[in-house]
Amino acid sequence: MAEYSALSLLKNALSGNRDWKPAWRKASPKPSYDVVVIGGGGHGLSTAYYLAKEHGITNVAVLEKGYLGSGNVGRNTTAVRSNYLLPQNTRFYEHSMKMWENLSHDLNYNVMFSQRGVLNLAHTPGQLDDLARKGNAMRHLGVDAELMTPAQIGRRVPGLDMSRSARFPIYGGLMQERAGTARHDAVAWGYARGADRRGVDIIENCEVTGFLRDGDRIVGVTSNRGEIRARKVAVAVAGSTGRVMQLAGVDKMPIESQVLQAFVSESLKPFLDTVLTFGMGHFYVGQSDKGGLVYGGDLDGYNSYAQRGNLPIVEEVMSEMVALFPSLAPVRVLRSWGGVCDMSMDGSPIITTGPLPGMYLNCGWCYGGFKATPASGFCFAHTIARDAPHELSAPFTLDRFSRGAVIDDKGQGPTPRLH
Amino acid sequence: MLITCPYCGPRDVSEFAYQGDGNRKRPDPASTDPETWNAYVYDRLNPAGAHNEIWQHAGGCRAHLAVVRDTLTHEVSSVRFAREHGAPTHGRRKSGAKA
Repeated sequence: MAEYSALSLLKNALSGNRDWKPAWRKASPKPSYDVVVIGGGGHGLSTAYYLAKEHGITNVAVLEKGYLGSGNVGRNTTAVRSNYLLPQNTRFYEHSMKMWENLSHDLNYNVMFSQRGVLNLAHTPGQLDDLARKGNAMRHLGVDAELMTPAQIGRRVPGLDMSRSARFPIYGGLMQERAGTARHDAVAWGYARGADRRGVDIIENCEVTGFLRDGDRIVGVTSNRGEIRARKVAVAVAGSTGRVMQLAGVDKMPIESQVLQAFVSESLKPFLDTVLTFGMGHFYVGQSDKGGLVYGGDLDGYNSYAQRGNLPIVEEVMSEMVALFPSLAPVRVLRSWGGVCDMSMDGSPIITTGPLPGMYLNCGWCYGGFKATPASGFCFAHTIARDAPHELSAPFTLDRFSRGAVIDDKGQGPTPRLH
Repeated sequence: MLITCPYCGPRDVSEFAYQGDGNRKRPDPASTDPETWNAYVYDRLNPAGAHNEIWQHAGGCRAHLAVVRDTLTHEVSSVRFAREHGAPTHGRRKSGAKA
């Protein structure tokens, strides 16, 4: 019997819900492991889960400096999609999408994956042509995409200003119906529980302070909870990549850490049953099951590790929301926060062996890492177990920059704040 | 976040355009060493703490500024004219050069 099922709910209800086990043990670090994963975010936890599930490597520790879910896995705006232009990205994110579609069953944990669609709006005829091109590129690789007319959009999203006199009139949009949202905390908790049940030690409040070396080779870490040796050390620390790599003596990376803000409004009755993105600027919005609007916009646009941003972006995001939905002007913001994003130089991630012997690196997710959580862990676990990239993540190695094989979906060049 | 422009005084960050890492030095244009160019184009120090960076007061006097700012607190500790600082050495056209 699965641990969570109708029968187990009934059984535990009858016994007063006193017999539930914690979702994961409070493990203490052992002196050594086969693999140590630094970073207990979505990617680190899914890596540990797939190391155990797909490769039978269960002597694994996940080291998290705070508590699970305190970083970007609990800070994102929860959208899941695979609407990319370049085939390397589309294949990778579509694999992730397929994993999302079965994730709750696989983890026996409800991640509340809701395929409510993601709709990108176009506000000029040229932009609509561009979305049509992207939709065709997606369909060419077997991914669903549908161009929508203004009439269809108006029916699907009531409340949008569809008038010709809107500041940026809506000319159409590209819809991916299979895209949607997931409950981000549940993703962290579900992977943590799945990894824990397979023997992985999840160690919270354990901050890595340095690396153990044998010659050039990384053979473990030092932490605030002592030395932990490992045959393989995997780094999946998102916005902290620069800091952790500097501990290993790698001073420079093709990464800039920048802050992205996100917002939740007060609860409203359900009116938005899809995720919507604005094309004239940068704005995206969905409505959570509790009724709050979950939304955000651009990066603040400068280097930051602060997990909080400044007011110009707040003003920009709010004005973009009101341009789309004039009726939302009186709605109050409930809370806002910032997350530190590991912006890569081409807007695409890095999943690689190295850059030092004994080390494996997963970073550069920019602000799109949440939707990649399953495939990132799946491919990174493969890379760690086999010492070779997975077919899907082979284009995302670190040496692509020096080889001139960058994957720049937006064609912005090495200016991280524009990706 | 306020940046104190040496010419205009303290102004809101929205008046300024971020031009990125001020530690980068453009290699000699005659250089053909791919590693040097690769490092210049792609590699960043990305420190948690004091960071040398270039901003332009785009919504003001348009001066390029060499700023030292803490990436953990956003506190600005130093602002100078970039031309006095010897930066930016990337992306700047020599005076009199053809467009």
